Amino acid sequence: MFKSKTSKIAGILLLSASMLLSACGKGGEKETAGTAKNALEEIKSKDKIVIGVKYDTRLFGLKNPSTGKVEGFDIDISKELAKDILGDEKKVEFKEVTSKTRIPMLNNGDIDAIVATMTISEERKKEVDFSDVYFDAGQSLLVKKGSPIKGLKDLKKDTKVLAVKGSTSAINIREKAPDATVLEFENYTEAFTALKSGQGDALTTDDSILYGMADQDSNYELVGGTFTEEPYGIAVKKGNKELVDAINSALKKMKDNGKYDEIHKKWIKSN
Amino acid sequence: MLDFSILINNLDTYLEGFKNTVLASIIALIGSFIIGVIVAVMRIAPIKPLNWIGSVYVEFIRNIPLLIIAFFFYIGLPAIGVTLSGFVAGTIALAIYTASFIAEAIRAGIQSVPKGQMEAARSSGLTYLQAMRIIILPQAIKIVIPPIGNQFINLVKNSAILGMIAGLDLMYFGDLVSSHTFVTFDVYIFVGMFYLVLTIPLSLGVGYLEKRLARSH
Repeated sequence: MFKSKTSKIAGILLLSASMLLSACGKGGEKETAGTAKNALEEIKSKDKIVIGVKYDTRLFGLKNPSTGKVEGFDIDISKELAKDILGDEKKVEFKEVTSKTRIPMLNNGDIDAIVATMTISEERKKEVDFSDVYFDAGQSLLVKKGSPIKGLKDLKKDTKVLAVKGSTSAINIREKAPDATVLEFENYTEAFTALKSGQGDALTTDDSILYGMADQDSNYELVGGTFTEEPYGIAVKKGNKELVDAINSALKKMKDNGKYDEIHKKWIKSN
Repeated sequence: MLDFSILINNLDTYLEGFKNTVLASIIALIGSFIIGVIVAVMRIAPIKPLNWIGSVYVEFIRNIPLLIIAFFFYIGLPAIGVTLSGFVAGTIALAIYTASFIAEAIRAGIQSVPKGQMEAARSSGLTYLQAMRIIILPQAIKIVIPPIGNQFINLVKNSAILGMIAGLDLMYFGDLVSSHTFVTFDVYIFVGMFYLVLTIPLSLGVGYLEKRLARSH
């Protein structure tokens, strides 16, 4: 009791000191480096890791309406992380993120890490720190069976391609198929609903997610193979080297002891 | 401090969205006014079945979220073979939704004119429609202008619903700018400013009209 109180006071003093310092000095960078140092310890001291996951992505992170729990590849990986870092897979709290909200939520401190089908990209590396690759995906196309679209080259001027706001696939498809119209939606459910109601000719995103949709509705299929490489990484707030190292070591352990393969096999059937 | 480079670098994107927001607002504004007047007339006309239809329209549309109406037009109608773009579906939804509020404002305005006025007009030999046009409506319009003006301002703000159904409006492009620049706060502040460019003149215009009408009688 007493101990926590003193540490709290010490924390406040430290914080105000660092704020003063950063106000005097160049600001920004110094401050993030100062607070970041404690991120891993902070997780350990609150004995809980808060992870941002998708709630609408079949096979990766999907809320099961009958149990109310989120399930998927990302979820199982997160639980393994909690097990490795905090010693118990139950010490993880999930928060819903979308492609659009995940980086702001991480930077606001709402979540400690993002495990949400997030591609490692140079652009994003400026905003967040990534772990090693934990899943290899690639962008592909989902169309209704019998569609004239067989691949990237069929995306011509009048074709409408549906994507999700804030995803790399939305940016990629504009480069790969500059003539097609790209319409962006809030999340995968809405994009898939729009595809089903004929608001677009193809839906593009990572094959991993598209397999989930094809799995849900057999009238739809993937075409044209993959045309990008989308290595998924776990993102943490910039400057948290200790936390990145802890995640990487947890990932390595998972891969070494076969747990990773087990999770992979459980969720991802094809490839 | 706001990062104005975001606005400058993405000005084309913002303006494209702004243009569509203006367009959707104008179309929905005219549409909602026409539908609103028709529904209001149905609600107060001395014909029972018309009253019922008007009431059902108002109570039904007014009491469901605009987003649901927009989704209905965007992803519901294709089930019966009518495919509308996000822009068209959103604009129709906006007009239909706002019309229910406008109809209520007009009905309340007309009914707030004392009953004796109509009775006096009718007993001096005017028909129902004449009495409406010459005696009741000029008085009602003054009462009706402020709430209708408010509904128009709401309509402009509600047009952000287009962003949810790929309607290519200001909100939609704001989302895209945000997802490409990874900046949220500043991007949406600018989006908000563009809406103000539309709503503040509208608000002042309503205020002016209100004053002028008050003077003329």
